[in-house]
Amino acid sequence: MAELIAIAFAAFFVENVLLTQFLGICSFIGVGKKRSSSLGMGLAVVVVIILSSVVTWIIYNFVMVPLEIEFMKTIVFILVIAALVQMIEIIIKRFSPSLYKALGIYLPLITTNCAVLGVALTNVKEGYNFSQMIVYATAIPLGYLFVMYIYAIIREKMEFSPIPKAFQGIPIAMVLAAILALIFSRFGGLA
Amino acid sequence: MTAKENFFKGFVKENPLFISALGMCPALAITKSIENAIGMGIAVLFVLVFSNLLVSLITMNPKIREKVMPVRIPVYIVLIASLVVIVEMVMEAFLPDLFETLGVFIPLIVVNCIIFGRAEAYAGDHKPLESVVDGAGMALGFTGAIMIISLIREVLGAGSITIWGNIKLDLTFIFDFLGIEPISMFLQPVGAFFTLGFILAAIAAIQNAKKNKTSKEVSK
Repeated sequence: MAELIAIAFAAFFVENVLLTQFLGICSFIGVGKKRSSSLGMGLAVVVVIILSSVVTWIIYNFVMVPLEIEFMKTIVFILVIAALVQMIEIIIKRFSPSLYKALGIYLPLITTNCAVLGVALTNVKEGYNFSQMIVYATAIPLGYLFVMYIYAIIREKMEFSPIPKAFQGIPIAMVLAAILALIFSRFGGLA
Repeated sequence: MTAKENFFKGFVKENPLFISALGMCPALAITKSIENAIGMGIAVLFVLVFSNLLVSLITMNPKIREKVMPVRIPVYIVLIASLVVIVEMVMEAFLPDLFETLGVFIPLIVVNCIIFGRAEAYAGDHKPLESVVDGAGMALGFTGAIMIISLIREVLGAGSITIWGNIKLDLTFIFDFLGIEPISMFLQPVGAFFTLGFILAAIAAIQNAKKNKTSKEVSK
């Protein structure tokens, strides 16, 4: 149990997917402008990462390892993720139009979100067993959601600040991310 | 557009990282030393040149094009992923240390927006040779951009310039002369965001200055 808590803590704070591992930066800068859209994107990422981690972990350990085709993991994982995202989209559209309205536009973007493929590859690289994989694959996207929401709150406030002309847009977003990364790097001392 | 212009547009005018802000994840994550940047650049160069070539060959024949176009996204993904697997296997065999440092970012070239963006925006409706030139220019522009970031981060953060393996330039004497330590913050994630943010701001400032100049000339 203590080991699982350690994995969860490390994945959420110390190795935060956005601020330490730099996965999913495009969506972070692009979507993290508004609280509502950052929540939508964050929740969609949580759902997709958990589901895709479970599916890719099962395929890797029960199909690819016995067949000794581990080197194909990049191709197989990206196809599984693309198919899964497509399926989630269809299912949500069919059963919950209101949820589809909230998350629908973010789902196609997620296939190319590096965080999803990154987590699937890390799971097998670290050799996690099933419970460790579930904990890791839950803590990582929750860390993504958490940081993205804080970031969106600050960026919403920043809209009214007098920002120098050259820094408007992406540059100031990067500097803000740097300040958040500085805060999160201090969690490293706790691990 | 001549072949020369086509090649060099990726360096400055349409630089994928600094102007289009594509492929930011590797640009932030692996820019701790110039060696890493060069390794990443070579991997991207290989994948981008061949993906552009194959995509333009596929879409050149009108009959095949008609069939491929509706399902082009999965087709491109499989193509790019196969190329990335080749890079992965070659790198693991011949450059194991570099492969270890770059880690997950080599397989993640699959989801690098630059590769997909060029296939979609350029190679899909241009001739094979033009597409190869475009891919090479874009990849070298990206390599140059991440080398600039690495240079700033490594010099300020570690006081050295690692070009490849043991070919290393030690600059700690400058820090000794000034009586300060290298700023190790630049090797941490903070430094990555800071450096890229300030480079982008500098580019925006230059663009703004140019715009002002031309608009003044017009008003005269």
